Amino acid sequence: MSLLELNRIGHAFFGRTVLEGITLGVARQEIVALVGPSGSGKSTLAHIAAGLVEPREGRIARRYLRHAMVFQEPRLMPWATAAGNIGFPLRLSRAPRRMRRRMIADAALRAGLLPEDLGKYPSELSGGMRQRAAIARALVTDPDFIYFDEPFTALDVALKRRMQDLVIEAAASARFAALFITHDLLEAIRISHRILVLDAGGRGIAGERLPAGSPGTRDEAAIFALRQHYLTADPLFAHIHDIDERLRP
Amino acid sequence: MSLFSACLDRLARLGRFLWSAWAGLAGLALIGALWQAGHEAYGDFILTAPLDTLAAAARLLREGRAQELLALTTARALAGFGLCALIGTLAGVAAGYSPATLRLSRPVLTLLLGVPPIAWIVLAMIWFGPSDLTVAVTILISATPVVFVGAVEGVVTRDRGLDDMARVFGAGPLRRFRFVSARQISAQLFPALILALGSAFKVAIMAELLANAGGIGGALARARAMLDIAEALAWVSLAVAALIAVEYILIRPVRAELERWREAAAPWGVKR
Repeated sequence: MSLLELNRIGHAFFGRTVLEGITLGVARQEIVALVGPSGSGKSTLAHIAAGLVEPREGRIARRYLRHAMVFQEPRLMPWATAAGNIGFPLRLSRAPRRMRRRMIADAALRAGLLPEDLGKYPSELSGGMRQRAAIARALVTDPDFIYFDEPFTALDVALKRRMQDLVIEAAASARFAALFITHDLLEAIRISHRILVLDAGGRGIAGERLPAGSPGTRDEAAIFALRQHYLTADPLFAHIHDIDERLRP
Repeated sequence: MSLFSACLDRLARLGRFLWSAWAGLAGLALIGALWQAGHEAYGDFILTAPLDTLAAAARLLREGRAQELLALTTARALAGFGLCALIGTLAGVAAGYSPATLRLSRPVLTLLLGVPPIAWIVLAMIWFGPSDLTVAVTILISATPVVFVGAVEGVVTRDRGLDDMARVFGAGPLRRFRFVSARQISAQLFPALILALGSAFKVAIMAELLANAGGIGGALARARAMLDIAEALAWVSLAVAALIAVEYILIRPVRAELERWREAAAPWGVKR
């Protein structure tokens, strides 16, 4: 029984079809990476699954209790401190005020934010710290499902790897399932149990690959070799680096 | 502990604000110097010396009548301002969220802004006679468009990404508005409110003068009739002082409280 099930999802922007017949499922505690060329509608699919966009057709079954999302941009409220931003979901879910402080500190710690950063406003934080705050915000309510919408695209390589490790650790300890949207194959291999490849034209899922082992246990050389293999020898990934975002709205 | 540090933060900001008054004082001194130069060039009858004007203002305040007139005009201006802030904000937010309403209201706005306030004063005088209502209605009509536009801008230029973020974390429309949109709207709204407050005072005095409805406007009319330039200038200074007092007591503290984060964002040394 999947936590999240998308059944024949289709969507169109202004009459132009961007997604068609997408069927996928995410099991309990499973991290599924969804890769595809830039502009193939990956983000739209995540937004549809999370309920931000109403699909034109298809059915969605959400069997998890609570979801959260990490966006491509941190999307922090500039008028609230890091603690205020991280605690925002707690405020929405009406968590008791006494417990909030401890839960915020706990989530911040898991995302690698120091207690002294919690009183700062987003404008005082660096790009990496802001994304850490966004991750802490997603972790704070202890959700059993998290959507990641290309969360680390804007970060540099070293920071990106640190963030990936952070998500891997958090997933192992908090046991959430996730749909991880990315166009970075290395990221997909490092972080996920299963990789789905979206068709370049958004027409269904082109196929899936299961990298050996589980996230966090694979060694770097094997990950890199697998990526090279996917890119050079695997026809499924032939169009992964095609860029045609200008053809799409 | 956090309450203590919050109080300390407020105190520090108040201290910085008071210290920045020196800059304001320097600006005022510059105006005073120009004024004095004008006085020395054109003589007492055209431009009374600034010190004489201050003395006249102090005399007016001591003699008692001035305080009453100031209070009357301030109350009228505030009543009109309150009405226009309330109606402008509500209508602006509604129009911002409803594109159809916005499209309908644009030509109405252009029309309202195109009619000079003086025309409204004449109409209001005919409709309501020389009363508080005349002043309030004139302020309402002439200052509401500014607030309306500010509120609309706030809604339209808000960060929709934050709306989506709040939606993902389970906020319904009302809580999205309360937690996410209201703060963004207020950032655009406050400059408009300050503008509206200033124009409320100006229009109030103008309406009083033309409608012969007492207040500072009435006193100005009398000074004009008597060609008493010192008294006229004294009344003007008093009116400006009242406006500044209201602005810094009523609006600025609320704004400072809401925009604390902007100050945190400013680099060291350029805190305004």
